Amino acid sequence: MSDFKKPISAPDPWLSLKQFTSARIALGRAGMSLPTRACLDFQLAHALARDAVNIPLDFSGLEQRLNAQGHQTLSLQTQAENQSLYLQRPDLGRLLSASAASCLQRNTTPTPLDAVVVVADGLSSTAIEHHAEAFLNLLLPELQRKDYRLPPVCLVKHGRVAIGDAIAEHYAARLCIVLIGERPGLSSPDSMGIYFTYQAKSGISTDADRNCISNIHDNGLSYQQALKKLLFLVNEAEKLQLSGVSLKDETSDTEAGHPLKQANFLLV
Amino acid sequence: MYKINIAHQAYNFKTLRNLMAKATPARSGDYLAGIGAINNLERVAAQWVLADVPLKQFLNEALVPYEQDEVTRLIIDEHDSVAFAAISHLTVGDFRDWLLSEQATTDTLSAVAPGLTPEMAAAVAKIMRIQDLILVAKKCRVITRFRNTIGLANRLSTRLQPNHPTDDPAGVAAGLLDGLLYGCGDAVIGINPASDNLEATLRLLHMLHDVIERYRIPTQSCVLAHVTTTLKAIAQGAPVDLVFQSIAGTQKANDSFGINLDLLQEAQLAALELGRGTLGDNCMYFETGQGSALSANAHQGLDQQTCEARAYAVARKFKPLLVNTVVGFIGPEYLYDGKQIIRAGLEDHFCGKLLGLPMGCDVCYTNHAEADQDDMDMLLTQFAVAGGTFIMGVPGADDVMLNYQSTSFHDALYLRQALGLRPAPEFEQWLQQNGIFNAANQLQPRSDVPALFKPSLQNIGK
Repeated sequence: MSDFKKPISAPDPWLSLKQFTSARIALGRAGMSLPTRACLDFQLAHALARDAVNIPLDFSGLEQRLNAQGHQTLSLQTQAENQSLYLQRPDLGRLLSASAASCLQRNTTPTPLDAVVVVADGLSSTAIEHHAEAFLNLLLPELQRKDYRLPPVCLVKHGRVAIGDAIAEHYAARLCIVLIGERPGLSSPDSMGIYFTYQAKSGISTDADRNCISNIHDNGLSYQQALKKLLFLVNEAEKLQLSGVSLKDETSDTEAGHPLKQANFLLV
Repeated sequence: MYKINIAHQAYNFKTLRNLMAKATPARSGDYLAGIGAINNLERVAAQWVLADVPLKQFLNEALVPYEQDEVTRLIIDEHDSVAFAAISHLTVGDFRDWLLSEQATTDTLSAVAPGLTPEMAAAVAKIMRIQDLILVAKKCRVITRFRNTIGLANRLSTRLQPNHPTDDPAGVAAGLLDGLLYGCGDAVIGINPASDNLEATLRLLHMLHDVIERYRIPTQSCVLAHVTTTLKAIAQGAPVDLVFQSIAGTQKANDSFGINLDLLQEAQLAALELGRGTLGDNCMYFETGQGSALSANAHQGLDQQTCEARAYAVARKFKPLLVNTVVGFIGPEYLYDGKQIIRAGLEDHFCGKLLGLPMGCDVCYTNHAEADQDDMDMLLTQFAVAGGTFIMGVPGADDVMLNYQSTSFHDALYLRQALGLRPAPEFEQWLQQNGIFNAANQLQPRSDVPALFKPSLQNIGK
């Protein structure tokens, strides 16, 4: 019974193609199905992504760390009272809860401010857990250097991007910067996004009025690259007095490290 | 008119549109739209009322006004009353019974299809269980042709989807070859370009054309750019096999996609003019999905399943090679969990097939949906049992460009083994001739790549 000595699962003889793509190619097979290793690899990635969506962000821990570094904060929440509602009702994630609204009312400023910085959990608590504090430590000094007047950093539980509009409007702030956890992919469960809106208006500003800096994580855009893009957008928006589709990000992407286009081996 | 007393409750559904929404099995998108049944009793009450509605009523009471919506006008103006005659006396409930009966044979169903409106198909689906949706769909047969034959009995085709985050030619080629060596790609080799610009589209179109030609693969290519981009590519002499477009079930939603019926017609004519199909002239590839109209705020008060079925009226006008319901891509605010995604996929397949369309399904989900690989296995299996026309083939089920989970090459091979489903005959022959499949359509044992591709791999070394 020499069959017993044959390997049960077989690798693919084109493993060298893996150098060209991050896609899950050349996985091999057990019979014609996925071998155990590839199967569990996938489950691992999915587990990380699911946990990023479902494990609540430790807002009080984040708040304490930010406070310890001298950043004032304000804790707010939206009308999406729980995670299930948050996922099914994006409209509620764009509205402040009654208690958050009155919290803001108690925190007013006599004159308009320049910018608000909002941190929302979004669809990945892991993204905010991993990246928000470090990024704020770079961003806030830059905004202060511009002599911008800012309210406390607003931390919003169960928030969607547009929740920033209401906050910016409350402080009559020109610039609205929202840090938010992006929908996790299998290869990037902790990707953070930044949405920038000039003259944000609650219920009026749309995606077309915003600029997005996406894909901020260890294997994506670095904090420095993201900061450079954001400051470029801030400066241009101040000049042009707008944001969104008419405001183009003209910073170079070369450091983001897209490899040079490689020749197609199938057609050589 | 749509009234019932049931379980000590009186219900009065004001309009057919309202009745359809209330009768729909629960899904998050209809609640997001504020039109779903408020509880189980209301839903079943609506289903009882709907079962008594004559099919003819759907020709008299438009769910979106005729004057306002070109999709409604298409449905009404092109309705085939001769084909409808055989079932014109039935109510929705009778229609369900008829579909399940011996009278509804494959031939009868094909003959009746032009007499059915999307709303009739959607209505009956709402009072059908999953086994009904499977059984009736399985009786429908829709065969289309371009360079091979899609939709024959006991066949299942696959779209090879070798997407790459930057459209890097070698990256695309690596996914493409991996798929071919796993026996995938007879429905279409279709790439979602990372950016919808003409230059990138042209580059990918030429590449796919060259690969198909060099390796003599009996299949067709598609770059899933906006139809206006594809029209420009055709004008520049690009080798376009299939014209792609996402479509929806209301004029307003199609407006938001930047399309209308005239534009689709123009694109179809332009592709036909190229005459690149060798076996047939089905040259359109459409994608749809429940919730797309609502996400464009263009659902016009319709429930998402009915909106979806109306998109099939748009599709059917242009005799597509393939129609793909991308069922779980849209997210949990429209289809919350595995249960909702599974049912939606089977409803879409049923409605599409009943209306005469070559329905495939992107069995898929995002990471914020309450779903996992087990849910996908259930839909995948049920879809194939229902005679689904094609599924996606994505390396390892993980699309690294669109960031969602679809079905893998291995998934298709699972179905081939479990259900004895074969690829399109022309493609099957190519796979066997090149030593990828053996005569029983199993992957050949491999210590080396098949001779056809060996030189290309030697070029890159190890």
